[in-house]
Amino acid sequence: MMRRAEWVSLGKGLGFLSPWIFGFLLFTAIPVGLSFYYSLCDYSLLQAPLYIGLQNYRDLMADPVFWKVLVNTFKYAVMALPAGMVVSLGLALLLNAPIKGQAIYRTIIFLPSLVPTVASAMLWLWLFNAKLGLINTILRWFGIEGPGWLTMPQWAMPALAMMSLWGVGHTVVIYLAGLQDVPKDLYEAAELDGVGPLSRLRNVTLPMISPVIFFNLVMAIIGTLQVFAIPFIMTQGGPARATYFFTMYLYDNAFQYLKMGYASAMAWIQLVIILCLTGIAFWSSKRWVHYQGA
Amino acid sequence: MSTVPREVAEEAAGAAAAGLKDRAGVPHGSGSGSNGSGGGGAAYRPAGSRQGQQRLERALTHLGLLLISVGFLLPFLWMVSTSLKTLDKTMAFPPQFIPDPVVPMNYWTVLNSPKIDFPLFTRNTLIIAVLTIVGTVTSSAIVAYGFAKIKFRGRGVLFAILLSTMMIPFPVTMVSLFSLFRWLGDHTPVQWLGTFKPLWVPSFFGSAFNIFLLRQFFMTIPEELSEAARIDGCSEWGIFRRVIVPLAVPALTVVALFTFMGTWNDFLGPLVYLQRPEQYTLALGLQAFQSQHGGTEWHLLMAASVLVILPVIVLFFLAQKTFIQGIATTGIK
Repeated sequence: MMRRAEWVSLGKGLGFLSPWIFGFLLFTAIPVGLSFYYSLCDYSLLQAPLYIGLQNYRDLMADPVFWKVLVNTFKYAVMALPAGMVVSLGLALLLNAPIKGQAIYRTIIFLPSLVPTVASAMLWLWLFNAKLGLINTILRWFGIEGPGWLTMPQWAMPALAMMSLWGVGHTVVIYLAGLQDVPKDLYEAAELDGVGPLSRLRNVTLPMISPVIFFNLVMAIIGTLQVFAIPFIMTQGGPARATYFFTMYLYDNAFQYLKMGYASAMAWIQLVIILCLTGIAFWSSKRWVHYQGA
Repeated sequence: MSTVPREVAEEAAGAAAAGLKDRAGVPHGSGSGSNGSGGGGAAYRPAGSRQGQQRLERALTHLGLLLISVGFLLPFLWMVSTSLKTLDKTMAFPPQFIPDPVVPMNYWTVLNSPKIDFPLFTRNTLIIAVLTIVGTVTSSAIVAYGFAKIKFRGRGVLFAILLSTMMIPFPVTMVSLFSLFRWLGDHTPVQWLGTFKPLWVPSFFGSAFNIFLLRQFFMTIPEELSEAARIDGCSEWGIFRRVIVPLAVPALTVVALFTFMGTWNDFLGPLVYLQRPEQYTLALGLQAFQSQHGGTEWHLLMAASVLVILPVIVLFFLAQKTFIQGIATTGIK
């Protein structure tokens, strides 16, 4: 039994939460439920959804384009995600060193992450230009004839992954905040014990910031698997579907071919994949993430 | 009516702000954080070779950062340089780094180009941004107060739900939201698709990420302040309005800034919901501009990109500290 005071605070609490509760039901819970229902329907938006059971899922399993975009998305994740993790952490370590001009370096590395996606896509289209682009111009100084980055199937995806590194500034800032929280006496103790820099990194820094690494990993998994705007604008999935990703095919099914049910089935598969991967990350985190005071 | 003694409020504001800063004392800490790879107190340092090694470490760090910074800046410089060239010179081979002649007129040309209506698209983007900011800041603050300051049964469960919604990919709700807005248009007198509404109305119902951010901040505000106001007969809403909100201005600013950036940046939302070119946001407009050109008029395209980037960069330099602290706070559990 709840006492009167508990009812009162429940009322107050729910009162304050009410905007979100409504919003959650209206813009999250119901749409998520609906999209599961649609995934079991033939639904063209023009006609009412028609229940067809698991047919969409069966069709997807037999759809070579579905497998293509799935594999592409994983390939991209395998290129961009570890590279992004290593580069952002490495930059944060460099930017944490007490040196002159630190504030300026930090600003410079953070700036690109502010650039709106579309503008960044325009800029890199130009940088990647085979003949007139900056990248191949610089390569030419070293006597290397760079490829047509976005026009050759084998180079388009690495190019996009490379480009994503330009925007790591946001993640770097989060790492820097984590590095500030590492107690200084740990380093002093390590130094007294004559521990070298590499071992300090391995045995002090990395364990101490492992919660931040974990946070960034989960965010990166969620973000990378949904990659959409950059390839949509820059390559439209080409050349030869080399950069055609999961969310792009989903979007095309929904809004180009009006196969809303099919698209919803894809969305649910995407949700399950993301949940599984973050689940694995959470499960593995018990082995490598150390929470202070825990 | 002032229910809280001013000094107390100010002290709390300081403490709360410090809470944000302590966790996130990232920017401008030139030399303050000595816990880097080259760190360590001078007192513990044996003389001689060790010092030499540290000097070498530092020099290498400098060199590395210098090279990387050049790499991060070059794309910007290339963009600006191209935006100031004539069309012929953008096609010159090998490419020139310094434009000759310098053509600032390109910016004027873009601003008046019939292919990208900058004034209109800017207006559209700003309308959506302002409405979204108002919605996000007010609703997220109210909800965050409920999560941070009121103890009630089921709060933990609801908070867990809130956090888990952050993991749901937009595509999962995209299709059904689209059909929901369509349905609303067919069955009520109010049209949703092809208007700005699907882009800003949801913001009035709180955004999970910002609720989380504000809740973290509200929890650093001492409970004594709310107690004092409660004893003075202040209602819960009064405490929120008169005690918490004034103290939370820095955090609310962070939310407003993030929301602005998010709206300015958003591509998929407008792409799905906006239908006619006269409703386009800058992001959509820029993309349309590029696809019409088929990527030939690089000087104009770069000038347009600079114009889209500029407000964001200016905003960043105006509110640098608030910004960085805000991002840093998001990474803390």
